[in-house]
Amino acid sequence: MTERSEVTSKHSVEPLYEVFVRSRRGLSHTHVGSLHAPDATMALRNARDVYTRRQEGVSIWVVRAADITASSPDEKDEFFDPAGDKVYRHPTFYEVPEGVEHL
Amino acid sequence: MSDLFAYTLRLGDDALISAQRTGEWIAAAPQLEEDVALGNIALDQLGQARSLLQYAGSLDGRTEDELAYFRDEREFLNVQLCELPNGDFGFAMARLLYFATYQHLLYDELRSCADETLAGVAGKAVKEVAYHVDHATQWVLRLGDGTEESHRRMQAGLDTLWPYTAELFESDALVQRLEVAVDPATLHDSWSDRVLAVIDESTCERPSSSYQHSGGRSGRHTEHMGYLLAELQHVARSHPGATW
Amino acid sequence: MDFQATIDADGRIEPRDAMPDGYRKTLIRQIAQHAHSEIIGMQPEGNWIGRAPSLRRKAILMAKVQDEAGHGLYLYAAAETLGVDRADLLDLLHSGKQKYSSIFNYPTLTWADIGAIGWLVDGAAIVNQVPLCRCSYGPYARAMVRVCKEESFHQRQGFEILHTLSQGTEAQKAMAQDALNRWWWPSLMMFGPPDAASTHSEQSMAWGIKRHSNDELRQRFVDMTVPQADVLGLRVPDDGLVYEDGHYRFTEPDYTELYDVVKGNGPCNQQRLSHRVKAHEDGAWVREAAAAYAAKKEARAA
Repeated sequence: MTERSEVTSKHSVEPLYEVFVRSRRGLSHTHVGSLHAPDATMALRNARDVYTRRQEGVSIWVVRAADITASSPDEKDEFFDPAGDKVYRHPTFYEVPEGVEHL
Repeated sequence: MSDLFAYTLRLGDDALISAQRTGEWIAAAPQLEEDVALGNIALDQLGQARSLLQYAGSLDGRTEDELAYFRDEREFLNVQLCELPNGDFGFAMARLLYFATYQHLLYDELRSCADETLAGVAGKAVKEVAYHVDHATQWVLRLGDGTEESHRRMQAGLDTLWPYTAELFESDALVQRLEVAVDPATLHDSWSDRVLAVIDESTCERPSSSYQHSGGRSGRHTEHMGYLLAELQHVARSHPGATW
Repeated sequence: MDFQATIDADGRIEPRDAMPDGYRKTLIRQIAQHAHSEIIGMQPEGNWIGRAPSLRRKAILMAKVQDEAGHGLYLYAAAETLGVDRADLLDLLHSGKQKYSSIFNYPTLTWADIGAIGWLVDGAAIVNQVPLCRCSYGPYARAMVRVCKEESFHQRQGFEILHTLSQGTEAQKAMAQDALNRWWWPSLMMFGPPDAASTHSEQSMAWGIKRHSNDELRQRFVDMTVPQADVLGLRVPDDGLVYEDGHYRFTEPDYTELYDVVKGNGPCNQQRLSHRVKAHEDGAWVREAAAAYAAKKEARAA
């Protein structure tokens, strides 16, 4: 199941691709939107034309929307709540005596 | 008219007239993604035209707009391939394959020529047209090896335009005299290797017409050129001296 | 967190969250019509790409019309996250079952109209769209952030066209004034019917899809635009225009015209739709070919 509504509908002739763009070196690819293309080769080219008209990217990924497995909102509690009480994973959890630097 | 001016004008007019035709596709393409893609290609072509016409103008005291809007049909030096009216999408991709492959070879040579401005324009443009070649190639392959109808239409596009391709490679006294010019005749073999490889892979037949049109480089155009210029120029000519 | 609690906390709804059917339907309709407006909107301006009076203007106009195709794409993509298919939405547009903004049913008659569209029509669109960047539906809001960012040049280039004309020859000045005369009232109508007659507004406000009323946005547009007309040296064609308590009081447009154009009786309704349908139908063999080629490749790879 993709990051899309559960409501399904008939498919277009052209499958849907999700587009991820690395905006500059040093940053990760970020989801920017989607588009239709007959195949991955054309999807990549279309993504270049549609989503990087203003030099928004240095690298592009396209993924068929149907190939993405997404967590479901119903599973939200099991998936994400357990991380909620592990506050010791965050640096702000720790007390640092006044005057100590570079910690 | 100096040789350098005339030569630059040839390249600039090819790009300008191509941009005018490619631009007609915007809002009429087979799918939205293609409206955007053809928009990019038209903008690249127009950008090349502007750089070249600005340079040509600087050689004889005219602006890019004076050259684009206030010359008559017989003064335009583009090849006829660029001016033919748009046909279907197969026709458009055949033209782009023929023209962009030529431009790519040309700019690739020109970027090491002794004229700094021409070399600079070519250096930027070669990357743009590499993408145009790729775009045309992708579509020629898909249309040629798609459905029966698309195969038929792709073949028709390739065949119809083939007799307009020899003009791209015509050599003449000017390109032989002018040191910075690339003699287009030297590009022909690489061009046909590349183009025929795409045509073969697309399952289309190699076009075989022996008749070849000619005349654009000396300002003899098709009947379509006058209408193209009428559209391009009419607002500017209705208000001579105006600023836009 | 459930739907209403998320809305009340000014949070964002994401595609796979539970949502009321009405919310989903309202959004699909609104986003689709917004997308349709972008792509139909390419026509009145595309009409002038071939005739733009300078190469600089031609490049700008091409880039702008191309942006509109891109914006249509972003918006169809946002609508598709709600479980509809772009092909189906296009069918609804082509069969006249879904509408697009009525403003694009007016013709672009002179070069000055390209200026007026950029300045007034894009100006009004921006006033409408900026609040949508905070819309409760995440994908729509994100698409609008992108659209608004890119559109900032659209309005400026329109103003620049008119500014150049208004500094130009008598014929150019007259052309600019004529364009303002024709586009002023349709631009005011872009904000929709007056609040008292607006049917969907209240529910959309409660759902965080709409943030301001039609009349509020219309007033904001007038307040923004009138001083700009002064800079251009052009006259807004409204005898009732007066400045009062920080706002420009203006004459309401004749909304019977709006309703009429929405119903299909505008100068270009037929023309716009048939151009769009023709492009789609002419492209069918291309789309089929690409799909057939992809299927062949896949079969060969398997």
